[in-house]
Formats: sequence, structure tokens, C-alpha cells
Amino acid sequence: MRIGLLIRLIVLVVLLVFLIHPDTFAGFFALFAKAGQPPIYNQGSLLDITLNHLAIVLTATVASTIIAVGLAILVTRPFGAEFLPLSRSLANVGQTFPPVAVLALAVPVLGFGTAPTLVALFLYGLLPIFENTLTGLTNLPPAVTDAAKGVGMTGWQRLLKVELPLALPVILSGIRLSTVISLATATIGSTVAARTLGEVIIAGLTANNTAFVLQGGLIVGVLAVLIYDALSALERFLMARTGQLGRAAA
Amino acid sequence: MIEIDDITKIYGETAVVDRVSLVIDPGTICVIVGTSGSGKTTLMRMINKLVDQTSGAIRIDGEDIAGIPAYELRRRIGYAIQGHGLFPHRTVGQNIATVPKLLGWDKAKIADRVEELLTLFQLDPAQYRDRLPNELSGGQQQRVGVARALAAKPNILLMDEPYGALDPVIRAKAQEDLLAVQRQFETTIVLVTHDMEEAIHLGTKIAVMDKGKLLQHDVPQQIIANPSTPFVAELIGSAERPFRLLSLGKVADHIEPGEVAGTPLDAGVSLRDAYAELLWSGRPALPVTRDGKVIGQVTLAQLARLAARPQ
Repeated sequence: MRIGLLIRLIVLVVLLVFLIHPDTFAGFFALFAKAGQPPIYNQGSLLDITLNHLAIVLTATVASTIIAVGLAILVTRPFGAEFLPLSRSLANVGQTFPPVAVLALAVPVLGFGTAPTLVALFLYGLLPIFENTLTGLTNLPPAVTDAAKGVGMTGWQRLLKVELPLALPVILSGIRLSTVISLATATIGSTVAARTLGEVIIAGLTANNTAFVLQGGLIVGVLAVLIYDALSALERFLMARTGQLGRAAA
Repeated sequence: MIEIDDITKIYGETAVVDRVSLVIDPGTICVIVGTSGSGKTTLMRMINKLVDQTSGAIRIDGEDIAGIPAYELRRRIGYAIQGHGLFPHRTVGQNIATVPKLLGWDKAKIADRVEELLTLFQLDPAQYRDRLPNELSGGQQQRVGVARALAAKPNILLMDEPYGALDPVIRAKAQEDLLAVQRQFETTIVLVTHDMEEAIHLGTKIAVMDKGKLLQHDVPQQIIANPSTPFVAELIGSAERPFRLLSLGKVADHIEPGEVAGTPLDAGVSLRDAYAELLWSGRPALPVTRDGKVIGQVTLAQLARLAARPQ
């Protein structure tokens, strides 16, 4: 655990140094560039592009979370139960639709830029969060939900004081999946001129510069691993905080 | 007083509870006993509207519960279940404070009540108040579950197999605690169990259910001596009858004058335990003590008479 934490810290520091002073690594990336090609991406600040990439992912994931969790809450209430199949297939369609196809369809309506990418990521991110929220809200220990009713909590009180807090770790793991998928998928947004790290990869591919491709890919990969780890740690903390660590292990 | 008036619950085609009428007097313990599928739990759950009846009425102190919103009714009735149902993300103190908080008690009053209940159930408040339920043993969790049910000082306490998950030693202790608490607060308790031994031990009256029907509702002596149907007799167990009858009495009420040798018995033990002790010691009589002083004797002959079928 300690060593793992140390490695993650070192990786984070290396990433930050690279983003702020990419030239520090020029020597390393020169190994992958052909003679005469620039070893470091030179058509914009890597830091800016990365921050923009993260902002797009964050916006899309927050939107997916709000809608997916909202829907899951709705269909697990007694009055919303009949919408369960409908909302399930809706979220499934969002997942099966390839993001590239969403981009192609969204561009004529929304134009080039960030908007179609946000739509694609939003749709793509719905299902994992929705499914996990459903699982979390429906797989609570029966004795606990029975007790929540028996002590005289109203429907909303049960949701806010018992069901959501206990389902939170499971919901969070859905958000984690969705975030990591979005982080990687966002790169294709650059094909419709969204400012993401895909830009760096595409520039590398068109100029036949492996160093660029590597830079774009590495940043996305490292970000994904770090964010995945951080959210996993948060989940474990919440499991322990809500007294469910034993339940999860059992 | 709880009046259950001709109540029926039908799921699909089957009547899970079939025209049951039952009056539970205030301050008594009514144990509903039956096999699984007898409808005993459904009957109990209709008292706090966790299940809605198909027909019939339930009145609490004369008031029909149909007119009370479910959540409001439940805040007035304590509810303790098997496997305790404690909220795993809330501390012991917060769990106990649940109903008072829902009722809007002020903070100081809630804190006092939590402390009082923890002390009552022999859990040191300083040590246990801020722990999470999964850091407690099964017996402790069960006690916290009952403490939570009693927190808002309800007149009525519903218990669904509360001791089902406990081992025999801890269960016996929990039962004694419950009896002590019940005597102190004069709470009306409705307890559901499949264990006739527990029913006889705890019940002021016992209601025997089978296939949705109430077969007999009477004091334990009557249930043992005059079971209304063969099923009731079977639940009691014919081989167990004399011992169950003895278990209802205390040595204190059947002391005879005289002095005999042997290991003395305390006046507070049950006649069944005294009988076992007499058989084991191989003596026809043993001395009885109260507060360490010998006050008489109890004889095998006397106990044998008491164990016989009442005329």
C-alpha cells in the first residue's frame, strides 16, 4: 500500500513536469521521432489541451451522473417502477451506439467542436452509472430496508438517510467506470475539432510522427490509471465509513 | 390495548391470515407462535401497517389505525426484528436516536435518552455510542436493535423473531433483559416466534397460529394443559408437557417447612430447574434458601404432583 502510493505520487509528479515543461523529455521522445521531426508536440500547450480534455470528461460525467442516478432513483420508487424496463433499454441504447456514430450524427445538428463530443460522452457514460445505481438501490440488506420502514421513515427519508448512503460506494464504482471510458473515448472528439488529447495523436498519425502519438496516448493512459485508482480508494473509504466493508468481503 | 378485529390478508388466492380476532391487553406480552408460513409475521406486520389488511380492522387504544398515516403510526410503535436491521452506516448512538430524531426531539433530550438506553442494556455509553454496528458482537447488536425500538418510549413494541440469530446462552440473557425492561416500562409487547419454549417463557398469553388461522389464544398454563387442537398439542410436544408446566412456576411459591441436607436451591429458580436438580442429586428433597438463609425445603413428591395434568 505504501509503496503503491509512492509509485502513484511519482507518476503524478512526472506527468505534471511533462505537462508544464515538456521539453525536459525532448531527449526521450527524440528516440521515437524521425530525423528532422519535432520530438515534442508543438501545435499548442500540452497542459492546456490536457485541462480541456479533463474538463470535457468532467462535464460529460457529471451530466451522465445526474441523469443516470436521477433515473435510477425514479424507477426504484413505487410510482416509477413501470418505467424500469423503458429506462433500462434507453441506457442500453446509449451504450451500444458507437460514439463515432453519435459524433457523425451530432455534427450536422450541433456543428463542429466540443458540443457533439459532450453529447457522445454523456450518452456513453449513462449505462454504467445507471446500472450500478440500480444494483446499489435494489440490493440493500432486506433487514435494513425493513427497519427503515418500521421506524417510520417516509419514502424520501428512507432514500436520503438509508438507501443512497448505503448505495453510494456502488454508485461511485459506476461513475469510476464511466469516467475512465470517457477519458479514453474523448480522444475521438478531436476528429470533429474538439480540443482533446486526440488532437496530439491525430497530429502524430498524419505527420507520421510516433513521438506525438506516444505523448497523446501516454497522457491519456496515465490520467486514466491515476483517476481510476483515486476513485477506487474513495470507494474503499466510503465502504469502511458506511460499515459495509465486511458485507462486501463476505 | 390492541384490538385485532376479524382481520384477513389475502395474497393471490390464499388467505395468509384468515379472520383472526385477538385482544392484547395493555402491559402484557403476547407471543404469536406458529410454524413458518402460519401467517404469524404477517399478522404482526399489519399492526404497524407494514402489511395492509384485505379486510377487518385493528384498533390501538380504541383508535382505528386505518385513519393514521403509516409513518406516523410506526413512530409510535417500537419495531425490533431478527438480524437487528441496524443502519450499518450510522453509529450505535445515531441508530438509537433514529425515532426521537424523526419526531423532532431536541438534541439534549435525545443524547440523554441514548445514554439512558445504552446504560439500561449494559453497554457503556462512552465506549459504544460512537461505534458502528459491525464493530459489535451479535448479542450487542441485538440489544442496540431493541434499544432503538424503545427509544421514543412507545407503548407498544413489536418483535419479529428477535432472538432467532442468537446462541442459546445469549438468548436466555436477552430474554431476561426483555422481561425486566417490560416490567419496568409496562410496554405492551407483541412477539413473533416459532419457538414454543420461548413463547411459554415470555408470554403473558400465547396465540397459536397455523395456516393463517388463530387456533388458541390463552395463558401458557391453559395452552399446555388444554391444547385446543392436536396441532397445538404437537407444538407443545406431549413429552415436554410436564416440564413446560413446571417451568411456569417458581420454587418460592411451593416451599414446604422442614430442614433437609443437600446443596440448597435459591427460591427464585423455576420449578423445572429445581426438579432437574432433585433428580440429579438423587435426593427426595433439597433445602431452599432466600438471600442465603434456609427458609424451608422443596420435595420431589410435591413437584411430581405439580407436574401432573391439571384437573
